[in-house]
Amino acid sequence: MEFNNPAGNNLFDKAKVVGQPIRRLEGPLKVTGRAAYAYERHDVASGQVYGYPVGSAIAKGRITGIDTSAAEAAPGVIGIVTTLEHDPIEGVFDYDPVRHFGGNEVLHYHQAIAVVVAETFEQARAAANLLKVDYARDEGANFTLSSTPEAAGETDPDPAQSTGDFDAAFASAAVTLDETYTTPAESHSMMEPHATIAAWDGDRVTLWTSNQMIEWGRQSFAKAFGVPADNVRVDCPYLGGGFGAKLFVRSDAVLAGLAARKVGRPVKVTLPRPMIANNTTHRGETIQRIRLAADAQGRLTAIGHHNATNALTEAGGEDATLPTVAFYAAANRQVVNAPAHMNLPNSNAMRAPGETAGLMAFEIAMDEMAAKCGMDPVAFRIANDTQVDPGNPDVPFSDRHFVECLERGAAAFGWSNRNTAPGATRDGAWLIGHGVAGAYRPAPVMTSGARVALTPDGRLRVESDMTDIGTGSYTVMGQTAAEVLGLPFEAVSVELGDSAYPVSAGSGGQWGAASATAGVYAACVALREAIAERLGVQEGDLTFEDGMVRHGNTSTPLGEVGGGEEIVGEDSIEFGSFRSDDALVATFGAHFVEVGVHAYTGEIRVRRMLAVADSGRILNPMTARSQMIGAMTMGVGGALMEELAVDERYGFFVNHDLAGYEVPVHLDIPEQEVIFLETTDPYSTPLKAKGVGELGLCGVAAALANAVTNATGVRVRDYPVTLDKIIDGLPSA
Amino acid sequence: MRAFSYERATSPQHAAAQAAETGGKFIAGGTNLLDLMKLEIETPTHLIDVNGLGLDMIEDTADGGLRIGALVRNTDLAAHERVRRDYAVLTRALVAGASGQLRNKATTAGNLLQRTRCPYFYDTNMPCNKRNPGSGCAALEGFSRQLGIIGTSEACIATHPSDMAVAMRALDAVVETVNAAGETRSIPLEDFHLLPGDHPEVETVLGEDEFITAVTLPAPVGGRHFYHKVRDRSSYAFALVSVAAVVQPDGSGRVALGGVAPKPWRRAEADAALPNGASAVMSTLLDGANPTEDNAFKVRLSERTLAAVLAEAQE
Repeated sequence: MEFNNPAGNNLFDKAKVVGQPIRRLEGPLKVTGRAAYAYERHDVASGQVYGYPVGSAIAKGRITGIDTSAAEAAPGVIGIVTTLEHDPIEGVFDYDPVRHFGGNEVLHYHQAIAVVVAETFEQARAAANLLKVDYARDEGANFTLSSTPEAAGETDPDPAQSTGDFDAAFASAAVTLDETYTTPAESHSMMEPHATIAAWDGDRVTLWTSNQMIEWGRQSFAKAFGVPADNVRVDCPYLGGGFGAKLFVRSDAVLAGLAARKVGRPVKVTLPRPMIANNTTHRGETIQRIRLAADAQGRLTAIGHHNATNALTEAGGEDATLPTVAFYAAANRQVVNAPAHMNLPNSNAMRAPGETAGLMAFEIAMDEMAAKCGMDPVAFRIANDTQVDPGNPDVPFSDRHFVECLERGAAAFGWSNRNTAPGATRDGAWLIGHGVAGAYRPAPVMTSGARVALTPDGRLRVESDMTDIGTGSYTVMGQTAAEVLGLPFEAVSVELGDSAYPVSAGSGGQWGAASATAGVYAACVALREAIAERLGVQEGDLTFEDGMVRHGNTSTPLGEVGGGEEIVGEDSIEFGSFRSDDALVATFGAHFVEVGVHAYTGEIRVRRMLAVADSGRILNPMTARSQMIGAMTMGVGGALMEELAVDERYGFFVNHDLAGYEVPVHLDIPEQEVIFLETTDPYSTPLKAKGVGELGLCGVAAALANAVTNATGVRVRDYPVTLDKIIDGLPSA
Repeated sequence: MRAFSYERATSPQHAAAQAAETGGKFIAGGTNLLDLMKLEIETPTHLIDVNGLGLDMIEDTADGGLRIGALVRNTDLAAHERVRRDYAVLTRALVAGASGQLRNKATTAGNLLQRTRCPYFYDTNMPCNKRNPGSGCAALEGFSRQLGIIGTSEACIATHPSDMAVAMRALDAVVETVNAAGETRSIPLEDFHLLPGDHPEVETVLGEDEFITAVTLPAPVGGRHFYHKVRDRSSYAFALVSVAAVVQPDGSGRVALGGVAPKPWRRAEADAALPNGASAVMSTLLDGANPTEDNAFKVRLSERTLAAVLAEAQE
């Protein structure tokens, strides 16, 4: 099915199942421990043995030798694969050009250099520690972003956006701001570590793994193992989170596949938690210079944004300028992204890549600029809304309600009641502050397919290689199928994550739900056409309702149409270029937060949070809300505690486990409210839906940082906002 | 984790004797030791299980104090009626530490003997004098925000991570031990942990054949009890700084600090300055502090945290 024009009125505008707060289909399996995650797939292949990965002890240099003799002699050891026996295995995608394994060159700390296979996990781990590796460490590596010419603005990359005359507008403006903000490297810290079981049958391989993008994974494995893609099967019905860490194949899967081939038995490999931060990927750190100019009425006249970020490869880094090009109006714009080639592990996508770090900085700048203009920060943002692409004013936003997000949120939060004087509100030992920030994230889509089968018992089975990373894919895809075939939700089952099924959009970039449900719609239309063919009538003459298909005065139970056989529909949704040529399709939001800051110690604790989201049709308000509050929680981490600390001598992230890298705990998360605007976006998909999973994270941290400033009078421009950065400036207790 | 042999001790003296004979390590709750063994930071070849020796009782002592068996779980200690009533700083410190699950397993003696959480101690690729004596200290000029500011040395700037021990230090706790010969001794907690000096790998005064049987607390001292633990998140994190304080109605009292030193940090002269306020206390208590650039804030944070406690004490 091609989606070549904005959706008109359709069945989703009078939906009965789509839009309902239905509990997630696989929820009972997960809360009873019966949803088997990759490492727990004990039943899928017999004779599984354990591979334990070994990471490089240096950040840059060469391996001059690996002595495996002690490990080989250790109890239970079956085989060892070292990097020296393989040619380099590179990632298959331009945007993930990593070195998975192979060769003697070390590009980053904890790069996978060997895997030791043994009968038990404990034996493999013990033997892995017996490898003796000799290194030649390279001098001259760079692990310090602030020392790069990119950070100093001394390089001159092509601007992402250059409109009008920024310099002239900035020089002549009534009000200006020129500040530098930093965001640290962050770790995805999903609950389920990377894990894979690999088994070979001749030259065919199956990987039971934890991966957000099944087809990308299949292509990557084919290249890594030198076999045709048709020889690779990937299966991943459940993921314990990914946040982008599992967007691409990682070393767990490559090591499992290589080891399984070498030892001739199924091998399972998980990355130990202390290895994940440096072995895999992370959100890159950024140094952002933001310049804003406004006229005397508080209308922005110029926006300048320069971003420096760490990148091991050409495609790494956190491009914090991504939201800047389109979020706010201003005629004169100079937006530059400058990735600095460094020797830290490669940075890559982490939830809302670009927007997260970008809005962490930019939405502080907007707060500071509002103050300079003597305006309320909500009013200032409203005054600078745009309904068109600021760099290309002929292109409108398809459906943008950012102003309504701010207004609805301000009213629901009681924004007008706040004390605008910083450091002036106390509740016992706590200084109270309120903050706001805008949220913006594009609404991309991807081609997505599904197969739906109507079975003789009147049930519908949906199959797709779509993944559910905890987001609710099973449920919203099932809801879509039920809607289109006029069945109750209970009559639908959904099977996902298997490369044997049609290729879907996968989960990433908050495109998953919108794309995959559109793909299910396409497949269901194909099924309806197949049903019509069976009945010898036109599809358009049929009504699907309450488990029956009606034609004129004749109603037939759906299950009887096939005469004892399954009827199958399969199709993909393909999105036409109008979606990007004619409009900007994006999601919008506003975050309002209240924090307490201890007047003596500077401890910062969140008291309440409210998000308002404009994301098109909400497919399931329960799973959508869960995505939002999960993202808001991640935003608390980014604002107040998360930082991969760089050791600039040895070149690695030091706090590489969940003891050292703190993420929020339950006690950190108080009342969270989410309001979804009742919007639909016909440019997005036939369901007029967009994404929420990344939008929910955009701007959260800045709202918190702004609230800390309101509470204390101290402005912190370097994340995370921790007590050591504010205690010297606290009002006298 | 390396292969190891395992036995169950039959008595405290037997445990001590077996430790001396085998070079093995005691295991109680295992909440720290097992993690360290998995990472091969600790590589014992023999474990002596000391659970089930009847050391899980909390009893009144003749002088009105309390004798806490070495194997009393942190959860049970925190919930004990007399601890809550007479030694509230200890309950507050205990529940500020770790998580409910860990406190259910962690023991009194094990808590005292837990190792530092310095990230370089935990990464076996890095030099660390505590883990690998003589290899150097990667933390000294590395990422040290969490690490010590006083009592440290050029060889090691690690902190002792316990909350419980900080409260016990404020309460003048005494560690009771037995050795292989059956000899007992009482070690004031003040003297129990050693400063790193040139040998950060040696952390306590315990002999190779010495086994902790109990911790005793003197008779209650009254006053109001405070434990203010400062950290970036609300729970399940080690202290940046913690203050254990007992404050009497006349403003006198005692103060011990956690998160700043290789042992719970208390000085009698600093206690004496308590009526003069937080600044007076800290100028004595942290005299000689030698922080890094990363953790210099802990000096001011310590003072401000005590000021918060003293303000609360006056309410």
